[in-house]
Amino acid sequence: MNRPRFRWHIVVFLAPAVLVYTAVMIFPLFNTLRLALYSEVDQSRVFVGLQNFQTLFFDPIWSEQFWNALGNNFWFFLIHMLVQNPIGIALAALLSHPRLRFSALYRSAIFIPTILSFVIVGFAWKLILSPIWGIAPSMLDAVGLKSLFAPWLGKEEYALTTLALISVWQFVGIPMMLIYAALLTIPEEILEAGEIDGITGASAFWKIKLPLILPSIGIISILTFVGNFNAFDLIYAAQGALAGPDFSTDILGTFMYRTFFGFQLQLGDPHMGSAIAGAMFAIILVGVCIYLFGIQTRMRRYQL
Amino acid sequence: MKRTSLKLALLGSTLMGTAAMAEDVTLTIESWRNDDLTLWQDQIIPAFEAANPGIKVQFTPSAPAEYNAVLNSKLDAGSAGDLITCRPFDASLALYEAGHLTDLSGVEAMGNFSDVAKSAWQTDDGAVSFCVPMASVIHGFIYNKDAFNELGIDVPTTEDEFFAALDKIKEDGTYIPMAMGTNDQWEAATMGYNNIGPNYWKGEEGRQALIKGEQKLTDEAWTAPYATLARWGEYLGDGYEAQTYPDSQNIFTLGRAAVYPAGSWEISGFNAQADFEMGAFKPPVRNAGDTCYISDHTDIGIGMNAATENPEAAETFLAWVASPEFAEIFGNALPGFFPLSSTPVELQDPLAKEIVGWRDECESTIRSTYQILSRGTPNLENETWGASVAAIKGAKSPEELGAELQEGLASWYAPHQ
Repeated sequence: MNRPRFRWHIVVFLAPAVLVYTAVMIFPLFNTLRLALYSEVDQSRVFVGLQNFQTLFFDPIWSEQFWNALGNNFWFFLIHMLVQNPIGIALAALLSHPRLRFSALYRSAIFIPTILSFVIVGFAWKLILSPIWGIAPSMLDAVGLKSLFAPWLGKEEYALTTLALISVWQFVGIPMMLIYAALLTIPEEILEAGEIDGITGASAFWKIKLPLILPSIGIISILTFVGNFNAFDLIYAAQGALAGPDFSTDILGTFMYRTFFGFQLQLGDPHMGSAIAGAMFAIILVGVCIYLFGIQTRMRRYQL
Repeated sequence: MKRTSLKLALLGSTLMGTAAMAEDVTLTIESWRNDDLTLWQDQIIPAFEAANPGIKVQFTPSAPAEYNAVLNSKLDAGSAGDLITCRPFDASLALYEAGHLTDLSGVEAMGNFSDVAKSAWQTDDGAVSFCVPMASVIHGFIYNKDAFNELGIDVPTTEDEFFAALDKIKEDGTYIPMAMGTNDQWEAATMGYNNIGPNYWKGEEGRQALIKGEQKLTDEAWTAPYATLARWGEYLGDGYEAQTYPDSQNIFTLGRAAVYPAGSWEISGFNAQADFEMGAFKPPVRNAGDTCYISDHTDIGIGMNAATENPEAAETFLAWVASPEFAEIFGNALPGFFPLSSTPVELQDPLAKEIVGWRDECESTIRSTYQILSRGTPNLENETWGASVAAIKGAKSPEELGAELQEGLASWYAPHQ
């Protein structure tokens, strides 16, 4: 009998990626989850099972912070979904208009903030909005709207929304680019066929283009979800690890950082920090699963 | 043949390299004082290296807010420097208990320090010292002398005079009465609550009583400072809610504000930035003639990494840090960081001299939340930041804040249960 030869080359070609990915992603991930099941008692690490999670969810001191961070995270995500993605889609629709001039220029200009570092974005916006040196108060003053200015980043009721909008400003280029690419793949024939049937202009967008780019919008939503629930950098750069004022901008990422590494006199607690990281992982996993199995499989696809 | 000779050459050079290293030991210092980099490089390290040939020293600071996290990670990974700048109290105590810091009790030069000076870097029973005390910082208010002269204001000594002065500055309108923001939160607690507070809780007396559980954070002595802080709000500049620490420093040194609630560590920075004459006054007392209390906070020490490969050289360095020679260089090069050594040091800087003079007039204490009380969750120091900000903004009443803090402290601290 002629048994098929074992195909070594598959193993060889997969090995580098698998090894690197395991070393830098899979192993740390599971090790973090493992760490969450331990606690430190008298300088030694002891196994405590799910006690850290119990503390996190049911101890009033921890749970208050956790739910506050989770709630803020959902608000952060909601702003992105309601502001960033619709604007991204609208910009893409405008940019793909065949008669728009300088569209390449606009496209680059809107996309550029995405490649900036969080630190630069956080610092620049902090300066722009600064009540002391910022240009925002003087610009509002120039049009007679000075009374509308408030030290947004320092007010509990506005700070998180302000930061979410800064993040939207930074990342609106990503949905725009993805949707723009999706719009370009729509064949002219379909649009022309629609035109013959009397569907033109805005109704062509709503009735033909939008259904065809829905899968892309789905992908963007899930990317936004994962990105927002892993967010940390912008808040840390703009407000510091205490996510002031009065924890109003605290999201899971900053909460995890503060707990894991400690802050000022508060010593780091890697085990509770890992428990928070585990909770973040679970939330993202659940969200992604809902999308993959609940939404993506039911989405209608059109053969173009 | 050719290969062998190459190997030999390589081996030889490695050996020579090792030999050279054995002659010249390099010590690395971990620190959060990146502001002091030039001072260490230009003054302290050359002075030490001149006195101790064969030992080279490198000063490698990281950003203050990240220092604790960075240091802990480095120590756990075994890549931390030989010498470690010590934060006061629990952060360093935890390092000692985790076996990262060496017991220095036996080092002869530790005799140059008083027990109070050493208290920030000792085990709770005082048996073991693990860091050499370097410096303390004193709280108070720095003011713009030109502004005070221009408006005809005398330096306030009581609280009534203090607020009268602020009213006068506000009325005149040329200057922002006081430069402080609440964006970064810690200033409100450090330069606010713990600056004026000791006059209310009578310094060490109240602080010790709080640690023993004899006083509570709901007592008048501990809530009244919040009531005073609540009055500060109207004297801070427009939009102080989003004003950061560097903003406040700049506003003051640009001459736009008259009073700056300060820690003495600002002196060298302010001397370089401000082109007007500055003075300082201590936290105003509640009634004329009251004993004054100041926060003279033990802030910096330096210890030895237990995993260091050069313990002898590191000990030589620490002994030198404990000497009067170092105190003299350090105290004068960094006016505002006052040496803790028992030998008095003559300071040159007038502002630093003025502030250190308060040690003779007032009772010294340290920040109330630092020793023992910030060991649990919730962390009292961090909670105090939030509470002080809430007080200034008027978001909560002093009694509410006291009750909240007391509840948090009592949740984990046995003497308060």
